[in-house]
Formats: sequence, structure tokens, C-alpha cells
Amino acid sequence: MEDVLLIDAVERFVNGEMTPQEKIYFEDLRKNNPELDQAVVEHLFFLNEMNSYGATKNFKHSLHEVQTKLANEGFVFCAPVVGKTKLVQLWNKYKKTVAVAASIAGVVSLFIASVVSAVAKKDPTNTTLLVNKVDAVAVKNAQIERKLNKLEADANAEAKKPMIQSKFNGTGFLIDVNNNYIITNAHVAMEAKNQLIVENKKGDQFEAHAVYVDQQRDIAILQIKDKSFKKLAPIPFQIRKSSAYLGEHIYMLGFPKKEIVYGEGYVSARNGHNMDTLFCQLSTTANAGSSGSPVIAKNGDLIGILTSKEPNTQGVIYAIKSVNILRAIEDAKKIDANASIKITAAPGLKGLKREDQIEKMENYVFMIKGN
Amino acid sequence: MNIIEEEKVLLEGLAKEDKQSIEKIYREHYNMVQSFVTNNNGTSDDAADIFQDLMIVLFEKARSGNLELHCQLKTYIYAVSRRLWLKKLTQAQRFAQSDVEHMEEVASVEEDVETHEKRQNDFTLMETAMSKIGEPCKSLLEAYYVQKKQMQAIAADFGYTNADNAKTQKYKCLVRLKKLFFAQYKNAE
Repeated sequence: MEDVLLIDAVERFVNGEMTPQEKIYFEDLRKNNPELDQAVVEHLFFLNEMNSYGATKNFKHSLHEVQTKLANEGFVFCAPVVGKTKLVQLWNKYKKTVAVAASIAGVVSLFIASVVSAVAKKDPTNTTLLVNKVDAVAVKNAQIERKLNKLEADANAEAKKPMIQSKFNGTGFLIDVNNNYIITNAHVAMEAKNQLIVENKKGDQFEAHAVYVDQQRDIAILQIKDKSFKKLAPIPFQIRKSSAYLGEHIYMLGFPKKEIVYGEGYVSARNGHNMDTLFCQLSTTANAGSSGSPVIAKNGDLIGILTSKEPNTQGVIYAIKSVNILRAIEDAKKIDANASIKITAAPGLKGLKREDQIEKMENYVFMIKGN
Repeated sequence: MNIIEEEKVLLEGLAKEDKQSIEKIYREHYNMVQSFVTNNNGTSDDAADIFQDLMIVLFEKARSGNLELHCQLKTYIYAVSRRLWLKKLTQAQRFAQSDVEHMEEVASVEEDVETHEKRQNDFTLMETAMSKIGEPCKSLLEAYYVQKKQMQAIAADFGYTNADNAKTQKYKCLVRLKKLFFAQYKNAE
């Protein structure tokens, strides 16, 4: 308790909240009691550290915002031309060495490849994609169940929206509130042969279509065409350019069932299945239908898109690293019709309690379904 | 306004965490640093990291009230980025010793970079201590010392009946944080 009293006195002393009398008394006390003086000096030092910490933290936050703004303008990414001249010099200098090295490497790798392919067993199960395909029997069962429910509920005779006959479901999230662009997995979007529908947490459905599918990165960009879709406030998260930190705590929101489901875990490896650098590995649980879920770090940054899991192993989940979203958007914008894609972010999750972050986030997460 | 005064205003802006000043420095000097890094075994991602560190060096310098650069901002930025980048290269051992000598020293910034390293270290110590202290202490202390909220507002946010209760809680948290911080601080010395 004495500590608390001391801190109170020191803080009031520093902030100039002491009365002149109190101040004289306090300074007298310090002069006559070296132990107290030592404690005051120590606390002053600590307060100073605390203030620097606060200021640096705030500054980093501002810095981050400016970086995002400039990155959105495409500023920071423009690689200078000057950088190439040195490369050319180096190339000229080491051409021969490179040629010799490359031919040796070529021969060796061909040899290794032939050995490996001869020895290795074919492994058809790569990773399991987490899109939920509804099989015919299940559909039938669901239909019967629905009919039963309907009979029961007939008395209330609620007017329901016509539901589409969905053959799969996945998850996606909004990144552009002006033109309503949504990010999901390419393998989710490609399930839709006829109709593609996005559904918000309230169950409202909106027609959408894929404007860009990047199978390499497994990212698809959808756009909501429906006029009835109400414009949302700018997205509250920021898409992180750097990789997630090992051990960083994360959470996800997705639609493995008819309502939104929350899950949490941590980043367990920097790369994905077979050291695939497009992905990172998470330790958490996820089910079919979670494909395309946003993976959010504690500070509110979006760090990835949940995509697949290791078959036969519990809790090993793979997510596409968030930087690939930015790259896919850059590529998508090369097509004239998509030139207007712009990430409209006003990061607002930082510093919020988890429950409050989720409450904000859920409005931007959608179930993706269709047939 | 001459250049020196203009740059002084810019640094004063940095000290106040002003976004416009940050943006201005980015726009004017980023390309130079990027060329330097990419011409010396670095990628553009490395350049972005170095520039961020450089900005923090500038911020720390400005915040400590030390606005005398003894040279133009541009020269200073070049010298600091160079120092930071060389350090990083040596750490990663991507660098042959002989190459260091080829790049001439343009301004003496050794001391500033060392101060920066010490401060970064302290920052990390405080961050670790903060992460160990647990809730609601962490949020409470951040609300007061980082977001600079008034005790009254904090009491309302955290559901304390009055500002005095919140204050007592804050002091208790601070005592715990202090213990955690100094335990590490003394270990690090």
C-alpha cells in the first residue's frame, strides 16, 4: 500500500498538482530520507520510460496509417529504376559464373527430380479445401425437415424470402464499401456454376458475381450487384503487408453453419503445406464452409484468408498470407472494368476489446453460396 | 523560410506525431533510401523496414528536443539509413567486410543510432512487461499513458464507480508493471 501512496505523491508532484505547502513538505521529506528519494528517482525514471513508450506507440500508429495511405496510392511500392543499373553491372560481372552454376544446378535437379519421382509415392490428398459441398441426400433430408418445420410454423405463416437451392457454402469479407467488392477463396467462387449469392449475418441475400479469380493464389474478388445492398461504413481492419508473427494470437469469423461462427488460435508456422510461402500455418480448428474467412490479429490487422487444412491432422489449418490479397487486387485492377477497386479502410479495431472487435467485424463477413 | 527552418518545423511536427509531417518526409526522401538499399543487396521490403526505423530515429530525436541535425535533413536521413542498413547486413552476414569501406561516411550519426537502439530496447522491455501484466491492467494503463484519456472517462469506460476508484486501480497496476519492467531491465543490464 505504501507503494501506491508514493506513486500518487510522485505523480501529483510531476503533474504540478501539489499545493505549495505540500510541495515544500514533500521536498523536505526527500532531503531527509534518502530511501524515499531513491524511490522517487526510480519512479520518475519509470514514468519517463512509460511516457516514451506511450509516445513511440502513438507515433508508430500514425506511421502505420501514413504507410497504408501511401501504399493505397501505390506510392511506396514503386521500385526505383536506379536499382536496376547495379543489377545490370552485377549481371555482366558474374554472367559466366551464373551460366556454369545454372547448368550444373539444372543437371543435378533433373537427376534429383527423376529419383524423387521414381521413389516417392504419389500423394493425391494434398490439403483439404474447406468449402462445404452439400450432397444430394443431405439436401433431400434438409428439404424434408424444412417442410416439416414449415407445417409446424404454418399457424404463424411467416412470409419468408425465397431461398435459393445452394450447392456449397463458404465465407468472404468486404474490402471496398464504395463498389462492394468481396474477397473469398478462388475455390469457393469457382463452385458457383450458375448463381452466386452472398448472405449477411441477418440472412439477407444479395446476388454477386466474380470479377476476378486468381487460382494461383486461391483468391477471388466478387462484387455485389444487388441494389438493395445497403452501403456500410469503411472496413474497420487494415490488410497487413508484412507476414504474421510466429505465435501471434488470431481469430476468425466464418460460416461453417447457418450462423456466423467465431474461432481463435495462433500462428504456428510461417509457411504452409510443404513450405508453401503463399500460406502460413495456424493452430486452430475450422470446418467445411470456413474457406474464405478473414483471419484477424489481436491488433485488428487482417493477416490472412483461411483456406485449407491438413488432412488427418487435427488443428493444422492453412491461411493465405494477407499480402497476397493486395497483390491479387493489383493484378485485378489491370483489367479496366475492375480499375475502381479500392480498399476503403478506417482501421478501428485497434485497442478494442475482442467482443467489440467482433461486433464491428461481423457486418463485413458474408456467407458465400450458390449453385 | 529557409531550408533549415523549414526542416525544423517538420521535426517539430514529428515530435507531435503529426501525420502530415510524416507523409512529407516519406514523399521527399523515401526514394533515395529505397535506391540505396536496393543497390546494396536489399529488397524493397528491406527498404520499407529501414525507412520505418529511420522515422523512429527522427521521432525520438525530435521528441527529446534535439532538433539540431548539424547538416541537411537529406544528408542526415542518408547517413542514418546507411548505418541502419549496414548493421542489418552485418547481422544477417550478407555482407563482405570490404564493401563497407566503399561507402563513404557522410555525417556522423553513430551516437544517434546507438541511442535509438537503446530506446528500442527499452520500448520492447516495456511492451513485454505490458503484455505480461494482463487485463484489465493493460487496457487501463494504455488508456491513461498511451491514449492520454482523462481519469473520469477511463472510470466510465471500465465501469468504475468514480474516478478515484479507477485511479487506485491504476496505481495498483502501475506498481505491478514497474516490478515486471525492472525485473527485466536489471536482467538486461
